[in-house]
Amino acid sequence: MASEHFARPAPPAQVPMAPVPYEVRSQTAETDDTATLVLAPADGTHVPPARPGQFNMVYVFGVGEAAISLSGDASDSTVIVHTVRAAGRITEAIVRASAGQALGVRGPYGRGWPMDLARGKDVVLMAGGLGLPPLRPVLYEMLRHREQYGRIEVMLGARTPKDLVYYPEIQSWRHRADLRFQVTVDAAGRDWYGDVGLVTARIPDARFEPANTVAFLCGPEIMMKNSARDLEARGVPATAIWLSMERNMKCAVALCGHCQYGPDFVCRDGPVFRYREIRDRLSCREV
Amino acid sequence: MSESAPAGLRVGDHAFFEGLDAQLLREAQRLASERHFNAGDWIVRDGDPATAFFLVFHGKVALEVATAEKPHLTIQTVGPGEVLGWSWLVPPYLWRLDARALKPTQTLALDAVAFRKVLGAHPAQGFEFLERLLPIVAQRLENTQIQLLDIHGL
Ligand SMILES: Cc1cc2nc3c(=O)[nH]c(=O)nc-3n(C[C@H](O)[C@H](O)[C@H](O)COP(=O)(O)OP(=O)(O)OC[C@H]3O[C@@H](n4cnc5c(N)ncnc54)[C@H](O)[C@@H]3O)c2cc1C
Repeated sequence: MASEHFARPAPPAQVPMAPVPYEVRSQTAETDDTATLVLAPADGTHVPPARPGQFNMVYVFGVGEAAISLSGDASDSTVIVHTVRAAGRITEAIVRASAGQALGVRGPYGRGWPMDLARGKDVVLMAGGLGLPPLRPVLYEMLRHREQYGRIEVMLGARTPKDLVYYPEIQSWRHRADLRFQVTVDAAGRDWYGDVGLVTARIPDARFEPANTVAFLCGPEIMMKNSARDLEARGVPATAIWLSMERNMKCAVALCGHCQYGPDFVCRDGPVFRYREIRDRLSCREV
Repeated sequence: MSESAPAGLRVGDHAFFEGLDAQLLREAQRLASERHFNAGDWIVRDGDPATAFFLVFHGKVALEVATAEKPHLTIQTVGPGEVLGWSWLVPPYLWRLDARALKPTQTLALDAVAFRKVLGAHPAQGFEFLERLLPIVAQRLENTQIQLLDIHGL
């Protein structure tokens, strides 16, 4: 069963499989293996409209292409921002791309986060590691229309302090009075004065009204599974918890079946799914 | 470390004891003394006898493990409303890690040897108490599992 949380996105205007040339405007290292790239269309036109939670297929000429989430401000039509971790051949080539280099981009694809359902509600954003980049556009959007949302609680977990991406921005979010941003790491040295432990351990301390809350989760599957379990135990309905499932992907247009996830294709029906609809699949070893 | 008690901390005001049996609360209060730590103070040391059960009221405590490669690896932090340690319930009653105050920290330290006897003498309340403590042990286990899986590095 496909998620029916909102209308299926209109297919991108361009020919679905043809990448559009983009130019790397800047490349900023986030951690040892992760970088943020700002890309602009090589022909000077605007980037296609996108929503928080959607992704692009980013193509490195001669190497291949990988699904990469939008991690910048979705309302900015001049550039797209991607934060990429060098996990293998393709992502390594993307991370290494330098200013001026050409990359191919097609998209945006997929259903994003259900922003409409979050309006008027308390919002919980839980991210693990590189789960923060796909949630950053949500935060930008909510902070731009702050009055439309209730409390905003962000809980971020990372392996160690040096694995945190967007560190300066996290500091500024943590200083805001209209948002609570908790950071916890799995382990740390003496140079870290923040919290150490599971990101789920922050849930009891988070301030939100469970019955009137929408939660967006993005991170390693076990982190999302445990977080969803604990949010539900605190009273957040399973229908109000949303997870971004990043499965291996090839065509991104629901043709190849590479990203099949139970009865769904992650590229078309996801990557954002409602917890209640995929809860059983999360417990499976292989889906 | 100091043992002054200006704040008058009470066991019954700590989240961990909330709603527990009144008799147990009275016994626990009788066995409690205030311990205040400055940032950087050691609260417990790995291998020392686990003679106290700490309730943290203010501040933050780092639980550290030490190895030759990583002499000060913090595996968990404990803050207000949380408790420190269960080694006092598990033979041979020795601390299994170091705990260090990261900030000025105010605690109540229960005499663990006496409190263990109280729990043994009141099995129903003792069980209720263990039911409170076990989720904390389970959480530490889950944390360890996640560290082992190294999930964020996937
Ligand atoms: C919807 C979606 C959004 C994504 N967003 C981002 C993003 O914003 N930033 C980012 O760095 N990565 C993102 N990814 C993951 C990224 O697409 C993969 O890491 C990439 O395809 C790996 O290709 P590679 O050739 O570099 O590595 P490969 O050599 O193909 O793989 C390297 C390792 O990564 C694993 N892997 C491959 N694909 C995935 C995947 N989808 N999820 C988890 N592990 C995978 C492989 O099993 C292997 O262990 C996203 C994936 C999806 C499906």
